Amino acid sequence: MTAHDPLQAARPNTPATTYLYDNYDTAFVRERVAEFREQVRRRLAGASTEDEFRPFRLMNGLYLQLHAYMLRVAIPYGTLTARQMRRLADIADKWDNGYGHFTTRQNLQYNWPKLVDVPDILEALADVEMHAIQTSGNCIRNVTADHFAGVAADEYEDPRPTAEFLRQWSSLHPEFSFLPRKFKIAVSGAADDRAAIKVHDIGLRVIAGENGEAGYEVIVGGGLGRSPFVGKLVREFLPREDLLAYLEAILRVYNRYGRRDNKYKARIKILVHETGLDQIRAEIESEFASMDRAPFAHDDSEFARIASYFAPPPYEALPARSSRLEAAKKENPAFAFFEEVNVSPHKIDGYAIVTVSLKPIGGIPGDATSEQMRVLAEASEKFGFGELRVSHEQNIILPHVKKDDLFALWRMLDAAGLATANAGLLTDIISCPGLDYCALATARSIPIAQAIARRFKDPERQRLIGKLGIKISGCINACGHHHVGAIGILGLEKKGQESYQITLGGDPTLSASIGELVGPGVTADQVPDVIEHIVDFYLSERLAGESFIDTWRRLGHARFKDAVRREGEDGADI
Amino acid sequence: MAVLKNPQILFANDLRDGEVLFLGADGWTRDHRAAVVARDSAAAAALEARGKAEVATNRVVDVYLADVAVDADGAPEPLHYREKMRIKGPSVRPDLGKQSGTERAGDAA
Repeated sequence: MTAHDPLQAARPNTPATTYLYDNYDTAFVRERVAEFREQVRRRLAGASTEDEFRPFRLMNGLYLQLHAYMLRVAIPYGTLTARQMRRLADIADKWDNGYGHFTTRQNLQYNWPKLVDVPDILEALADVEMHAIQTSGNCIRNVTADHFAGVAADEYEDPRPTAEFLRQWSSLHPEFSFLPRKFKIAVSGAADDRAAIKVHDIGLRVIAGENGEAGYEVIVGGGLGRSPFVGKLVREFLPREDLLAYLEAILRVYNRYGRRDNKYKARIKILVHETGLDQIRAEIESEFASMDRAPFAHDDSEFARIASYFAPPPYEALPARSSRLEAAKKENPAFAFFEEVNVSPHKIDGYAIVTVSLKPIGGIPGDATSEQMRVLAEASEKFGFGELRVSHEQNIILPHVKKDDLFALWRMLDAAGLATANAGLLTDIISCPGLDYCALATARSIPIAQAIARRFKDPERQRLIGKLGIKISGCINACGHHHVGAIGILGLEKKGQESYQITLGGDPTLSASIGELVGPGVTADQVPDVIEHIVDFYLSERLAGESFIDTWRRLGHARFKDAVRREGEDGADI
Repeated sequence: MAVLKNPQILFANDLRDGEVLFLGADGWTRDHRAAVVARDSAAAAALEARGKAEVATNRVVDVYLADVAVDADGAPEPLHYREKMRIKGPSVRPDLGKQSGTERAGDAA
């Protein structure tokens, strides 16, 4: 049974590539906005204290940061329509400082909203079927997914119907609104993992069963933060009809046994680690076997209703090769480089996936001005069925671009400062906001990213180095995913100064590994030198076609540590 | 009364707009140079008590004391880099925050 109205499954003049609210969804979100408006009114009138109000504002994504409030807006599974992107730009102009920050959880953060304006901001978001519910607090957070969902050449199934299915299950779930700690779920449906599913509380990978039916590989207990763990496989194949019941069982086990005495040990990764995989699996399976599954019985028609929103857009029948594209590449080397680096194979002939880097050299990773957001919205309408994605790497994806249109798109992006050709390269750095904004941070991270990008700005040098992920966090909470950076950088305080630890060998994909510390901290000024030395050592040692992580795994910690130590003799304090 | 190792001023955030405020002689100020400086533990405790009273009246939130040095003009300057950041704004966006010189509308006091 569903409260949703299947007759509202389609509306004219709206993109057919993402979920659309029906009356039930609309009423749900509007009620939440009205509720929060009243909570804010009561707070400002002095009818509630900060201790009483804080849980309410956090459940609506509103934090208090170093300089102002910060509002975190959910972008479910990273999918946006052009209309939504324009609204995000309008909100930035009207109630913030003309920009937004795309995060490693595919969300958007405004850094300067006033509490008095937040109800109006939420109302404006609700107008375009968006909200900030469960972007904070000890609940199931925004469900993330592969940013190439639905278009990747290596995909078995679009993970977004599953992600939306889980969003509806988890939104205001009464049993899981006060978990021991926050809970993050990521979904992938492809051979390559682009959603970092092994470092989430639950990672799901849509796979085919023995008879070709869709099901899930279920990974539990991954996570970053102060105690990083790679998730453990608890089910090799979970039939789709058991999805909600099985996740319900996992959450019940966590809710029952997860620690509430120490917030630093409260995540499910600690429970899995301390209890042991076999015991946790047994607990989950026991709960799954004994629970009343009737409320969670799979509703095929509801799943199909949701999946129908993610149907492929009306692609044209095109040849795989575009002579227009080839001619443009010959005439324009800068475009050719962009096409080589930022364009990925699409499952449909004649189309391509474009990554728009939000990492200009010297810029702030993940930031986009309101004008850039509008250009991206326009570009998606002109060249890509009005759909955009946000990647956990803090870039924007245009998932359906005709190869014939790539040059025109590039010119449009270039005019807006959005054509940096560095997707996946060394300067495509993931960085949390760090101490420039965040109240939890112990050091700045953005200036470190900027300094490294400037040091390695030469495109030819980046091309020579190849794919290499640098990830920077400004504290041990690891929002910048430093643990899974091939090169990770962690900002800490040491003797009253900002200090940076370097880790090597992290990997966020299906071959996931946690980076290893290679020496004591260095100062901010020294970081680019140390990175350069590590990269030079890699270049001197790598075998033909070998990635950084492969070289690291072949040579081992000691060889790289020696290289870093030699840098210390050259002057770095490490 | 014990002399503090370092003088202190009181930080807070405005409840309505979140802006960083400092407790001055006549109430809250957006300019840290106008903050009252506590040089001994009794003065610091008095500052903190005033701040907490303002929390109770829902004027400010997140009140705490931070160490400062006092310059030749008598103006306090935070010692820790975190508070140095808070009196200015993001180091990567000098056009934003207090350092931009564009004060938010409204009377802090």
